Formats: sequence, C-alpha cells, structure tokens
Amino acid sequence: MNDQLQQQLIKDLLIESLEGLDTFDREMLALEKGEGNAETLNNVFRIIHTLKGSSGCIGLNKIESVAHVGESLLSLIRDGKLAFSPAMTSALFLYSDALKEMLHCLEQTGQQGAVDYSALLQKLQELQVVKPAESKPAAAFGLFEEEPAPVPQSTSPAVPDPARTSITVVDTVAAPEKVATDKDATARQATSVSDSAIRVDVVQLDKLMNLVGELVLARNQIVQFTSQSQEPTLLNAAQRINTITTELQESVMKTRMQPIGNVWAKFPRVVHDMAQDLGKQVQLVMEGKQTELDRTIIEAIKDPLMHLIRNAIDHGIETAVERRAAGKPEEGILTLRAFHEGGQVNIEILDDGHGINVAKVKEKAIQRSLATPDQAARMSDREAFNLIFLPGFSTAEKVTNVSGRGVGMDVVKTNIEKIGGSVDVLSEAGKGTTLKIKIPLTLAIIPALIVTSGAERFAIPQVSLLELVRMEAEQARKGIEMLYGAPIYRLRGQLLPLAYLNREFKLESSADTANTPAGDSVVNIVVLQADGRQFGLVVDEINDTEEIVVKPLGKQLKGITCFAGATIMGDGRVALILDVMGLAQHANVIAEVHDRSLAGKTKAVERADERQTLLLFNVGQNARMAIPLSMVARLEEFPRTQIERSGNQEVVQYRGQILPLIPIASYLPNAGAAPALSDPVQVVVYSEAGRSVGLVVGKINDIVQEALTVKRDASRDGILGSAVVQNKVTDLLDVIGIIRAADPTFYGEANKATKANP
Amino acid sequence: MTHSKQFCTFFVNGLFFGVEVLKVQEVIRYQGMTRVPLAPTMIQGLINLRGQIVTAIDLRRRLELAPRETDELPMNVVVRSDDGAVSLLVDEIGDVVEIQDDIYERPPETLKGVARELVQGVYKLKERLLLILDTEKTVNLTGAGNRVQEQKQ
Repeated sequence: MNDQLQQQLIKDLLIESLEGLDTFDREMLALEKGEGNAETLNNVFRIIHTLKGSSGCIGLNKIESVAHVGESLLSLIRDGKLAFSPAMTSALFLYSDALKEMLHCLEQTGQQGAVDYSALLQKLQELQVVKPAESKPAAAFGLFEEEPAPVPQSTSPAVPDPARTSITVVDTVAAPEKVATDKDATARQATSVSDSAIRVDVVQLDKLMNLVGELVLARNQIVQFTSQSQEPTLLNAAQRINTITTELQESVMKTRMQPIGNVWAKFPRVVHDMAQDLGKQVQLVMEGKQTELDRTIIEAIKDPLMHLIRNAIDHGIETAVERRAAGKPEEGILTLRAFHEGGQVNIEILDDGHGINVAKVKEKAIQRSLATPDQAARMSDREAFNLIFLPGFSTAEKVTNVSGRGVGMDVVKTNIEKIGGSVDVLSEAGKGTTLKIKIPLTLAIIPALIVTSGAERFAIPQVSLLELVRMEAEQARKGIEMLYGAPIYRLRGQLLPLAYLNREFKLESSADTANTPAGDSVVNIVVLQADGRQFGLVVDEINDTEEIVVKPLGKQLKGITCFAGATIMGDGRVALILDVMGLAQHANVIAEVHDRSLAGKTKAVERADERQTLLLFNVGQNARMAIPLSMVARLEEFPRTQIERSGNQEVVQYRGQILPLIPIASYLPNAGAAPALSDPVQVVVYSEAGRSVGLVVGKINDIVQEALTVKRDASRDGILGSAVVQNKVTDLLDVIGIIRAADPTFYGEANKATKANP
Repeated sequence: MTHSKQFCTFFVNGLFFGVEVLKVQEVIRYQGMTRVPLAPTMIQGLINLRGQIVTAIDLRRRLELAPRETDELPMNVVVRSDDGAVSLLVDEIGDVVEIQDDIYERPPETLKGVARELVQGVYKLKERLLLILDTEKTVNLTGAGNRVQEQKQ
C-alpha cells in the first residue's frame, strides 16, 4: 500500500515537474531576451521551488539537492541581490537538463540515476558569488545589467555581430497572458484554471472512446433497421439516439484533444540551441498554439515536426552574413502555424531562408538515379520539390551533426502518411520554403467510402480518395485501353493506371467486368492517391460513405500489407479497410519508387566501384563504421528498460516477436572496452528469411550514397574492409560474420524455416 | 495426490482434441464470416464478437487434415491468446471434462508433422485418446505451411 502511494506520488511529481521544466525553459528564453519581468522570475523560481519541495517530501534526495543549488541562485536573482546575466542562462539550461535527465531516469528505472552533476553544481555556486559593484538594490530585477549592448527587441534591427545568436519567441495567441501587468490578476487566473480542470488517466479516456465507438456502430445498426419501420415512436427514439450519439462522440473526442502548443512547448529551446550551435539568428514565431488535436496524433507528429524544424534551421535559414548579402534582415524567421480547415488540421512550417534550389535538386536526383535527365527536364518545380521526400535524398552539401540523424524527409513523409496525413512543400528561391502538413483530427473514427467487390465489402479511407468515375459498358470499352497488358484509363488527358480489385484479391466477381475491360456492365473506378501518385481501382459497386471505427487485425493477418484494419458495418458484419498504399504496391501500380529502396537486399558489400547507399554509425569511441542500407530492415530505438534477458542473450520484444540483440562492440577487436550502452539503445534491425536480429550500435550518424572502393582488406574479425566515405576512413562491418559468431544457427535455421513472415 | 485439470473438448475430422478450459473464452455457433483476401487459406475469415474483431482459424487446415464438407457448419471455440481472442473452427463440440494428471503422457515420438508441433500432450482416456492443443502455437501462424505470403521483394 505504502509502495503504491509512493508510486503515485512519483507519477504526480513527474507529470508536474516535466511540465514545469518546459515552462522553465520557455521563461528562461524570455529572460535571456530581456522580455521577462518580475513575474517571469517569480514563476521560474516557483517551479524549481515546488520541484525541490516535492522531491524532498518523497525522499528523492539527489534531485532535491541538485534542485536546491539552482534555487539558491534564482532566489538571489529574484531578490535583486544578483543581476541576471547570459552566462547564467546557459548554466541554468544545463541545470534544467540535469533535472529532466534525473526525472526521466526516475520514470524509467525508478532510480534517480548515477550521473554526477558536481561540475554543474560547482558552476551554479560560483555564479552565486555576489559582486557588490553589480548589485543594485534599487532594481527589483536587474536584467542584463552587465550587458554592454542591449539585446534588441524583435522589431528592431539586429545587432551587427554575426557571431551573436538571438532568439525571440513571439507568441501571438498567448501574448496577453505573458504581459503580467498585475501579479494578483495572474495568480487569480492560475487558481481558477486548477479549480475547473482535473487530471484524468489517458487509459480512462481511451476506454471511453472505445465504448463510444461501439455505440456508433450500434447506432448505425439501429438507424438502418428503423429506416424500414413505420412506427413513429420508434422512429423518434432512433432519431434521438442518432443525434445524441453524434454529440457524445464529439464530446468524448474533445476530451482527448490537446492544444498543439503542448508539442511546440519544446521547440523554442530546440531552436535556441540549434541556432547557437550553427551561429545563426533565428526568430521563432508560433501561431495557433490553441489548435487542438487528438493526443494519439500529437504523439505521432512530434518527431516529424522536430525533424522539419531542424531541417529548416539547418538547411533553410542562412547565416547572418549570407542573409545580409542577400539584403535580408540578419535574423531569420521560422514560423509555425496551425489551424483547422475542412475537418483537418493544417500545420505549416515557414522559413524565410534561401528556398529550395530546383536545379540542385534535379541534379542530385539524376546523380542518385532517382530520375533520368529527361524526366528531370520535364519536371515542374512542384514535382521537383517533392523529390526531397524520396528515400536517400539530401541536398545539403555538408551533413551536419544537427540534421543528419539517419532519418530523412522520406521518413517524415511516411510517418505523416501513416496517420492519414499528407505533406506538401512549396518554395521560392531566395524567399523561403513552406512545408504544409495536413492531418486528420482523429484516428479512431474515420470517414470512409464503402465499395463492394466479389460480394465482399471494403472500406476505403476518405483521405486517399480523389474522385469516382462511372462508365457505361459502351463507354468503358472505348475508355479503357491496354498498354502491354496493363489497363489504363485516360482521366482528363492524364494516364491513370488501373487495378481491378477482384483480380488483385482473387475474388469471384459478380459481374464479368474484372476479367475483361470490355465487359457488359458498368465500370466503377475509384480514383485513389497513394504516395503522391494516382491510380484507379475498379470495383463492382460503390455503396456509400460512412463513419467507421478502425479496429486492428490480429497478428495472423499483419503480414498482409493491403489492409489497414477492419471495421464493423451497420449490419454487424465485418468489412476490411483497404490500405491504399499497400494495395498500390501489391498491384504494382506505383511500385517504382519503392522498388528502389528495397531492391538488392542481399547484394554483397564486396561489389566495389559502384554507388551504394550506406548507413553510417559509430561503435564505441570513434570507430566509424558503415553497412549497406540494403541490409538494414529498420532502425529502431529501444529504451533500456525494454531490454530483457533470455538465457545469456539480451532481447527485446519487437512487433510481437523476440528480437535478440547483438552488441557489435563485443565482436570487434580493438573496439576498446564495450562502452556503456546509450539510452535509448540504437538498434539496426537485420532480417533474413523471417528471422531478425538487432545489432546494437553506438550512434547512428547518417545515410549517404557513395561510390565505394574498398581500400584495404580486412585482417580483423568482424570487418570486411575499409573504404573512404565522405573523406573519412570508414570500416565496413561484416554483418553476416558477426551474426554467425553470435548465433551459429541463425542462417541454418533461417533456411529451414519454410515460408516465414517477412 | 494426483491433480486434475479441466478441458474443453471438441472433434476435428474424427480426432478428439482438448484445450485447457481456462484458455477458452467462449464457444459459439457458426457465424457469418468476412473472408480475408490474400490471407493464408487456414484463416477462414473475421467474425464480429460483440464489437471485437476476431480472426477465425480453420483447425482442419491448421492441422493439415482433410477439408470440411461444404454443408457442415463449424463451431467457434474462442480462445484467449497473447494477441487477444482468436477463434478456432472445429467440427463438433464435446463436453468439458475433468481429467486426472496420471494418465497424461507426452505425445508419442511417432507423431509427425504439424501435429507434433501443436499437440502438447495426450490423455489416455478409456474409450479414446484426448489430444491437448497448445493454443499459443496454434494461433501463431508464423512459419506455418501453405502460406500465401506477400513477399516484400
């Protein structure tokens, strides 16, 4: 019981403190910028004070003692005994990081962690030494008193010093809150918020959502049933149930909504740090922070957004010198904008950098054989911009530490498409780039088109749907042409490849339309979009659009990429939901791009003098290593707490299977003592004939394409040879050798397993 | 002291099978099913079990036995697995029986093929043998034969 209470207290502390530290970061930025006031300082102090108090209460002494040192410094500043200086900002940021680190550690392991923060604490203590000359008791909060030049406001021209970094957070929506004119007013506001809101476990909300989903299905059944009835009371009741259910569904959905500002809260700090690292000046503007999204979607877009922001600062916005030369203000502006439109959420990321260089993109695409010179020449600018979403594409001349994290824009795109969203890019040379993301409000209940083929019903998510084309038999005979056996339809002059659902799914068709395009009956074409390309799906019948509740399929069916899930129809029967992307690949209507990334999975490393896509990573201290990307099934991160042991083997549960982990470092001689694993652990998943292993690497650096010449043959175990990649000597890892060494049966048994799950 | 266990029993192609009663969620009559195109043939389809979508596996096909006559309607034995409920389609439902542990034996060495993998033991009842199915293995189709699998190139 006591233990349970402790757990609960820790959980509350975590929720409260992590939120608080995000606010702390935000307020510190404001202070650094000179926009803070007494209330800001008070707020910062209060956060730390609470954290210290609560952690002390439940016996988290380490967190308490670290928190204490910062608190003393902040109290001196607050009381006006010490002037706030930029040197303090960076120390206080490190301090906030340290606290977060301990809290995360607490969350994952239940311990406060063993990291030694004495250096940081030392520094914080040094900052507390009051220099009498600087203390001005008159000023209640003496910001930037030792600053020679005042930090400019966002509207004023920037300081003519390119090395200086500045960042402003202009918060258009929440701005009125920030101007704390009256301390009491702010305090009153704060209490009223906490009185009218309660914290609810997300699990509860998910359960509620599921129940509402069931209710929606039952409602559909009732509505369908009563439509045949004449009984007025029944019809009335059904009508009422109908409207109430709709309203309930909306309300419950709202409880799961969170303002997008929750995700954005971390960005000012990220932008600040990155700008500092890169020596750029960036102003972050956030509009529409209050825009609400389902929390599952919030989770899903966190990483893609982060990636896009990093990209915009790294590759989009120029350095101050370049900007001045281009006649632009030195401070670049990065705008995040979110708003609702047509039942979807739009998120835009705008930078006023140099834009995407179309010529360079095309050149790169040709060089990487993602397009032929001919194709490239015919491409519109818009098409060319979309090339950046292809796997293995990066136009940055230099891969920097900041944005080269081993994932590219293609991953961003797939992640967003996975949740039914889309990404579009617009750019104007010299003016900037805009990325537009459209995502649905929720994932649990989606509008879908119901079609019938071969007496089975299928649901097609409305997001992939472009239009419907219906042709009478006579028309169809003329309209559908065959191109080397592949049916094509001319849709307003554009060639639209066709797939017959009956044929793809080997269904017996009710009409004969599937077998020959020149059948006797009507042809229904559902024009779909997947991965930016269009294709037509020919179905027997188009029924209706309906709101459907997405339910997952059992693991026995996970291997079939054509289905995204299943749903229950009004009559209680199950209908499958088509995964448009998977279906398109299955039917080979848009396969080209994906062939490229997956082709040549087992091609040997030895094939020298050929362009190869390589995954670069570190093992141990500085051992720079590479493996061909074709051998990589996936890149994964596992928190260390997920690692379990089976015998003397470390394993993780991964997609319903057990994934053995092989720490590469221990199979390499001279790698030095195996370094402590990072957290989360970076894992390269390798699959062969249905079996997978995870290779534990130190840090994933990048994916590059390089003409590979093996310079030196291996005389070491685990290394195939060495090559120069990006002007640095890089060892090529002998994946097969290492796996054999770790598990001699891996390949033998892999061959024995008949047809396994890929 | 001998212990006893309860089993839910059923017939598949004349063979007498049992599943530990605790693993069985419920037994229901034949239900209309939605076929899953491209799925392995042993997956008969999907059923709606009070709003939950449950995969139905034909035990005859799973155990590589002769296919069922088309006019015979199978019964659903819904078992709990790590991955949620899965329905096993059987010919006929038997009783729930309580059996002493002392007549249990490991499956005979002569048992071959898929049965060797899925039958975890045998109870020597007076009139016939009761084959105990390992439900987790039965519902896990990874690596199972005659799979129509979509290779990712």
